[in-house]
Amino acid sequence: MSKGKKTAADAIGKPAAFGPDLDIGVFEREAASWAPCSISALPKEVVQRALSVGINADEKGRAGTYFQIDRSVVLQAIRDGFAGKAEILTTKDALEKYDWVREYWWKIVDANTDKFTALAKLKWDQGYFIRVLEGQKITVPLQACLFISQDNFNQNVHNLVIAEPGSEVQIITGCTVHPNVRSGLHVGVSEFYVKKNAKLTYTMIHNWAQNFNVRPRAAATLDDGATFVSNYACLKPVKSLQMYPVAYCRGTNSRVRFNNIVYGAENSRLDIGSKVVLQGKGSRGEVITRAIASDNAEINARGFLLGEHEDSRAHLECRGLLLSDKASIHSIPELVGRAKGTELSHEAAVGRIAEEQIRYLMARGFSASEAESLIIRGFMDVSVFGLPEALKEDIKRMVDATLVGVF
Amino acid sequence: MELLRVEGLSVEIAGKRVLDGVDLEIPKGETHVLFGPNGSGKTTLIKSILGFPDCRILSGRIWLNGTDITSLPTNERVKLGLGVAFQNPPPIRGVKLGDVLQHLTRGVDEMKLTATVNIPAEFLGRDLNLGFSGGELKRSEVLQVLAQKPNFVIFDEPDSGVDVENLEVIGKAVSKFLEKRSGLLITHLGHILRYVKADKAHMLFNGRIVCSEKPGKILDQIMKKGYKWCEKCPKVKKRRQMR
Ligand SMILES: Nc1ncnc2c1ncn2[C@@H]1O[C@H](COP(=O)(O)OP(=O)(O)OP(=O)(O)O)[C@@H](O)[C@H]1O
Ligand SMILES: [Mg+2]
Repeated sequence: MSKGKKTAADAIGKPAAFGPDLDIGVFEREAASWAPCSISALPKEVVQRALSVGINADEKGRAGTYFQIDRSVVLQAIRDGFAGKAEILTTKDALEKYDWVREYWWKIVDANTDKFTALAKLKWDQGYFIRVLEGQKITVPLQACLFISQDNFNQNVHNLVIAEPGSEVQIITGCTVHPNVRSGLHVGVSEFYVKKNAKLTYTMIHNWAQNFNVRPRAAATLDDGATFVSNYACLKPVKSLQMYPVAYCRGTNSRVRFNNIVYGAENSRLDIGSKVVLQGKGSRGEVITRAIASDNAEINARGFLLGEHEDSRAHLECRGLLLSDKASIHSIPELVGRAKGTELSHEAAVGRIAEEQIRYLMARGFSASEAESLIIRGFMDVSVFGLPEALKEDIKRMVDATLVGVF
Repeated sequence: MELLRVEGLSVEIAGKRVLDGVDLEIPKGETHVLFGPNGSGKTTLIKSILGFPDCRILSGRIWLNGTDITSLPTNERVKLGLGVAFQNPPPIRGVKLGDVLQHLTRGVDEMKLTATVNIPAEFLGRDLNLGFSGGELKRSEVLQVLAQKPNFVIFDEPDSGVDVENLEVIGKAVSKFLEKRSGLLITHLGHILRYVKADKAHMLFNGRIVCSEKPGKILDQIMKKGYKWCEKCPKVKKRRQMR
C-alpha cells in the first residue's frame, strides 16, 4: 500500500467539516457494467435525465463528450474538427498515457481531507481528464455527464481539467441519476489547473433524487492572467449536498468567479460554499450566490475570501429567498485579510418576497401567484452571472422547468 | 355616472388613521386634480382605491364605473379598468421592465410607446425600477400605464423631479391619453397642468376633502399662501371644533 493510500485509509472515518455526516458503509459498490455507445443509443430515460443537466444527446453543439454511468465509461470522444485542440480521456487512461499527469493528481485536493476524499482515493471509479492544448480557443463547449443508474450506488469519480497556456474553453458537467434511483452517494473530486492567460468556464448542473447524497470536492489553481469561471446550478431536491470548492489565485492578475444558483425544495439539506484565495498581484475574486428555500429545505450558503496579496480584491454576494416558514437559509460569509491593501467585501440579504413588490405587480394586472412567480424567476435571473448566451439560455430553461408546477 | 366614487372612506395605515371620511366623485370623461400637503394621505387614498392590504379600510365604500370594488383584490380592480402610475415604485431585481410591458401590451406597439415617453429601448432589459433616476422612474410609470390602457387612470406626482424637456414629454403623453379617459392627477406645484386640462381640483386636508374648486383657483391659493390657507379655512376650523 502506497503512503497516499495509508493516509486516505486513516481519513475514511473522518467526518467532513461541514454538512451532515454519512455512514458510507450503507451504499452499494457493485454495479452492472455498461457497454460503450453513443448517447443517442442509451435508454431514453437516461438521455432525458442527461438533457435535464445540460447534456446534448445528439452531441451536436458540443466539441466533445465524456459519459460515465456508475463505474462504466460509455463515451469519451472529441468531435471531428476538434482533434488536436482538446483531449478527453478517463483519468485512469490519462494516468497510463502520460507520466506527467501524476504531477496534477491529488495536488490541490488532499485525499486526507475527510471520508469522502478518502473514498475517492481508495474506491476510485474513473472520472474525466480534459485537457485543452496550448493556445486553443474552443468556442463550442465540451460536455461531461456523470450518471448513476443503480439505486443506492456509491460513485466516486476523480476529474482532472487542464487548460494549457492561452487556451479557452467551456466545460459543462451534468450530474444526475436514473429515474429509478432513490438513494445513493456521489463523490466527485475535481482538480482544475488554469494556466497562464487561459480561460476556463466550468458549469456544473446537478439533478439528483430526494434521498441522494452528494459530496463534491474541488479545487482550482490559477496562473498569471488566468480566468476561472465556475457556474453551479442545483434546482431539484436532494437529501444532502455539501461542497466548498476553492480557487487559488496564485498568478498575477488571475481572476476567479463563482456563480451559484440553488433551489432547495422538500427536505433538501444544501451546504454550499465558495472559497477564494488571493495570492497573486492584481488577483480578483467574485462569488455570487442565489439561494431559494421552500418546504422544509435548509440551505447554508458559505463564502470565504482570503486576501494574501496587498493588491488583491474580492467580493461576495449572497441573496436568499425563503418561500416557506419551515425553510431556512443561513448565509455565512467570512473575510480574512492577511495583507495591507487587500480589499474584501460582502453583501448578503435573506428574506421572503416583499409584499410591496407583489402589490405593485398586481396593480399592473398580474394575479398574486403570477406576481410571485415573476419575482422568483427574476430572483433566479442568471444574467447577473455574465454567462455566454447559449449557456444562459440553457440555465434559464432549467430554472423555468423547475418553477413550472411549483408556481 | 361617475367613473370613480369614494364615499365616507376612512383608512388606517400602520395603526394610524390617515383618511377620515373622504368623499370624491369623478364623472366619466373628466380629469380631476388632488392637492394636499406632504403626508396628508394622497398616496394612501390611491393605495386604498387599489385595495392594497396595508391600507385598512375602517369605513366607507369605493365604486369604479358603477361596481362596488371595496373588497376586491387589486388585480380584479385593475381588470375593471383601473390604472395607477406610482409616486414611488419599488425596485424588483431580475424582473425586466420589458417583461412587464410585454405582459401589458402583448407586444403591440411596444416600441412606439417607449418612444412616446422618451424611454430608450435598452431600458426594457433593465431590472424594474432598479437604479432608475427620478425622472426615469416617472417616465417608466407613465409608460406602463399607457400600455395598460385603463379607463380610469391615476397619476401620483408624475411631474415631481422631472426636467423641463421631460415634463413636456410626460405632459403631452398624459394629456393625449386622458382625452378619451377619466383620471386623477396628483401634483404639488401644478407643472403638469401646463399640458393637461383638468376639470376640477380637490384639497385633501386633515384626512378629508375640504374643498373642490377650479384647479387654477386652488393652485393659485396654494402658490400664494401655501397650505396655511387651509388652516384658516372656516370649513376646516368648524370641523376642528366638532371634534
Ligand atoms: N407603511 C406606513 N407606515 C407608517 N406610516 C405610513 C405608512 N404609509 C404611509 N404612512 C403615513 O401616512 C401618512 C400619509 O402618507 P401618504 O404617503 O399618503 O402622504 P402623501 O399625501 O402622499 O404625501 P406626499 O405629498 O409627501 O407624497 C404619512 O404621515 C405617512 O408617514
Ligand atoms: Mg404621495
